[in-house]
Amino acid sequence: MKIIIHNAWVVDPFTDKEGVASITVEEGIITKIQWGKKEKGEKKHKKNSSNILEINAHGLYIFPGLIDMHAHLREPGFEHKETIRTGTKAAISGGFTTICCMANTNPVNDNPEVTYYILAKAREEGCCDVYPIGAITKGLKGEELSEMAMLREAGCVAFSDDGMPVTNSLIMKRALEYSKAIGSPIISHCEDLALSEGGVMNEGKMSFLLGLKGIPREAEEVMVARDILLSKYTKAPIHIAHVSTKGAIELIKRAKEENLPVTAETCPHYFTLTEKAVDGYKTDAKVNPPLRTEEDMEAIKEALKEDILDVIATDHAPHHEGEKKVPFQEAANGISGLETALSLSLKLVKDGILNLRQLIEKLTVNPAKILKISKKGLKENSEADFIIVDLGYKWKVNKKDFASLGKNTPFDGWNLEGKVLYTFKGKKFFDMSGEKN
Amino acid sequence: MKDLVGIKEISRQEIEEILNTARAFKEVLTRDIKKVPTLRGKTAINLFFEPSTRTRTSFELAEKRLSLDVLNFSVSTSSVVKGETLYDTLKTIESYNVDYIVIRHSASGAAKFVADNTPACVINAGDGTNEHPTQALLDAFSIVEVKGKLDGLKIAIVGDIIHSRVARSNLYLLSKFDTEITFVGPPTLLPSDVPSNVSISYDLKKGIKDADVVMLLRIQLERQKGAFIPSLKEYFHVWGLKGDAFSYLKKDAIVMHPGPMNRGVEISSEIADSPRSIILRQVTNGIATRMAVIYLLTRREV
Amino acid sequence: MEKELLNYEEIERILTRITYEILEKNKGTEDICLIGIVTGGVYLAERIRKKIKENEGLNVPMGILDISFYRDDINIKGKKKEIKPTNIPFQIDGKKVVLVDDVLYTGRSTRAAMDALMDFGRPAEIQLAVLIDRGHRELPIMANYTGKYIPTARNEKIKVYLKEISGKDSVVLITQ
Repeated sequence: MKIIIHNAWVVDPFTDKEGVASITVEEGIITKIQWGKKEKGEKKHKKNSSNILEINAHGLYIFPGLIDMHAHLREPGFEHKETIRTGTKAAISGGFTTICCMANTNPVNDNPEVTYYILAKAREEGCCDVYPIGAITKGLKGEELSEMAMLREAGCVAFSDDGMPVTNSLIMKRALEYSKAIGSPIISHCEDLALSEGGVMNEGKMSFLLGLKGIPREAEEVMVARDILLSKYTKAPIHIAHVSTKGAIELIKRAKEENLPVTAETCPHYFTLTEKAVDGYKTDAKVNPPLRTEEDMEAIKEALKEDILDVIATDHAPHHEGEKKVPFQEAANGISGLETALSLSLKLVKDGILNLRQLIEKLTVNPAKILKISKKGLKENSEADFIIVDLGYKWKVNKKDFASLGKNTPFDGWNLEGKVLYTFKGKKFFDMSGEKN
Repeated sequence: MKDLVGIKEISRQEIEEILNTARAFKEVLTRDIKKVPTLRGKTAINLFFEPSTRTRTSFELAEKRLSLDVLNFSVSTSSVVKGETLYDTLKTIESYNVDYIVIRHSASGAAKFVADNTPACVINAGDGTNEHPTQALLDAFSIVEVKGKLDGLKIAIVGDIIHSRVARSNLYLLSKFDTEITFVGPPTLLPSDVPSNVSISYDLKKGIKDADVVMLLRIQLERQKGAFIPSLKEYFHVWGLKGDAFSYLKKDAIVMHPGPMNRGVEISSEIADSPRSIILRQVTNGIATRMAVIYLLTRREV
Repeated sequence: MEKELLNYEEIERILTRITYEILEKNKGTEDICLIGIVTGGVYLAERIRKKIKENEGLNVPMGILDISFYRDDINIKGKKKEIKPTNIPFQIDGKKVVLVDDVLYTGRSTRAAMDALMDFGRPAEIQLAVLIDRGHRELPIMANYTGKYIPTARNEKIKVYLKEISGKDSVVLITQ
């Protein structure tokens, strides 16, 4: 099948190109990119008898397929929460064509067998590219290093004990040294478990009033500081996962000013919500690190603008309904984020915090660079891997419509703006526009 | 009002209504026959996930004196059937067709969770470190009995504030009236960030010398293990209410304690057994207040 | 539409008559006590007590009874009325208790009041004095002393104003 997209506004940080173009896709390959506005656009897209689909994308945007460097696909082991099939489907409907899945499965992805299993499953049942992230330590226990070199060979693109910090500083130092030689970064979940012990939300007036044990911001910051020092010590790259506090940002800023190999990500919920979302014991807003304060949220937006935070990741953490339908302190941490991430991030553009190019960088080229994933962007004779987005599309989040098995979102019922209409991933073409052909 | 989940959720007017009704029930408790047929044929279940003899006894007496049929479902956390969630337990209980559920649970927000998921009237008998609303109501009732009002009073709450649901419920209740509140205790047991009508004092004498009411909180003996305080002896030495307080307390100040009290930790016998202490009055008032709460709740139409 | 049935003078005259009837029936004040049912009955009982004092020179014991806890129509789904503390500061065992209420209607309040009294003790006799009897009894109950019998329709309302609460004495029939 041949698909021709007319007159879309293309933003491609990979090739550093932006402008109106028409793109032809044949058998999963971009065969032609014609820059410049083509006269005589059809009113609506239509399918000709000759098996050619023409899409009039005037007013729509084309971005490279988004990359989520931090997701939990739950398979193997927790298929009641999510599977590779449903997780990648959720990715596609959210505009992500590449996702990296964390190692906290059961068994843990700390040996090549698990990595092979994930990759085979993704090939068979998945809709998008899946890059596994291997564990730093065996069983995420923080005691012995996992077989990083073999994991790398099997296909892991980074190492992380996400969900658990590597508490022992010596182990972390060795992990950094070792991973540096392998050439894949360590992604660090920064949490001082002694400071956060028993905590279920941000520590402060709000946690006191709700009678919930708080997690101080310092629990994150102490570890960010440690990891930056260790990165400096080992000269190994480190990527700080899900940054949620102003203090952590200040530490990362200093590290970047020193030109240390430190990168960092945040997630849409940290620049969209504050701890107030937890009021009423809303378990769908329970996440680790916890939602913080207005001050932190503003600092995160500013840090995205100043490129202190390089990446927007989803930390997609789907859970079964039963794991959230319990008293707050017993509820699982996490937000099912793939299907709302782009719309929530586009709000940053609408609010003038980022320009479109900056936003797309944080969702595509920056994570690709950190993980050394080879992506070419929009180029003739390369794989079709892009999305068509309507920035003005108004829609209401209905968790029941999620492709993900995880319906745990604090954004249910929210009115959002901007939505993916079409996702192209190789020979796969997903039409979410609702238009009839 | 279908449930009493917390003082946070109710208005000053509703609090006053409960206190007025409690007054009528207190009279009932002075009669020879202390039982009224008001809620005959209705059923209450006391769902206690944490052991508590006092609160459960108080609720049970209140229920029986309203002629409710009473079921006690006590599960110490250790013996909860593995795998059954609170939601499932609740649904099981619902099939007994109960009208009132009194719940005590170790998780903050558990009472709201139960209230949101059942048509029965739910009364929070303590959820985690969140609230213990009937305790605050009986405290208020007792204060009003002695002082005639709440407005204009200065109240000091002494002890383990951060872990105390009694402190929170009292904070919410007193904040709905024109009161000045002081939290007193060691810094490790006090919140760092407090509402604007609350002041903080690490010094017992300074914290309570102007108070009309001194509320002592129970020190959980295991706090010492968590390194919140070096020892109970040191706690008593610095923050325990002892006989010397008579020299600087206001002449008409009263001393309260939600019980069970640790003599020699929060309070000395000299104070506990003095006429200043209204601790036993609190116990009696607990039954009347709980009767009033149960009486005033109204079931949701299904 | 409102229609006044009794004014201040008429109410006074009725209470005077009821007082005499009580004294006559019980041959004096021996063993008599008055119990007013909250709210209207309490003020009527107080007035009767005063009139007894004027006549006999002594105060008979008087109590206040809130019957809320004994009602048979307590609806767990309905809003509750405010309750006044009951106060019966004497033993009723062996006493002739005169219950005083403002309006006798279905008889259910009287039933509740009698049940409540039984929990307080074992009176020798319970008598009932009402200002208005408006009919429509649902229980086999009748008053020993009736101020005025007023036949009403069920959709009509009787409103009793007493100067202790409303600043005026008046009984009004309200027709919708």
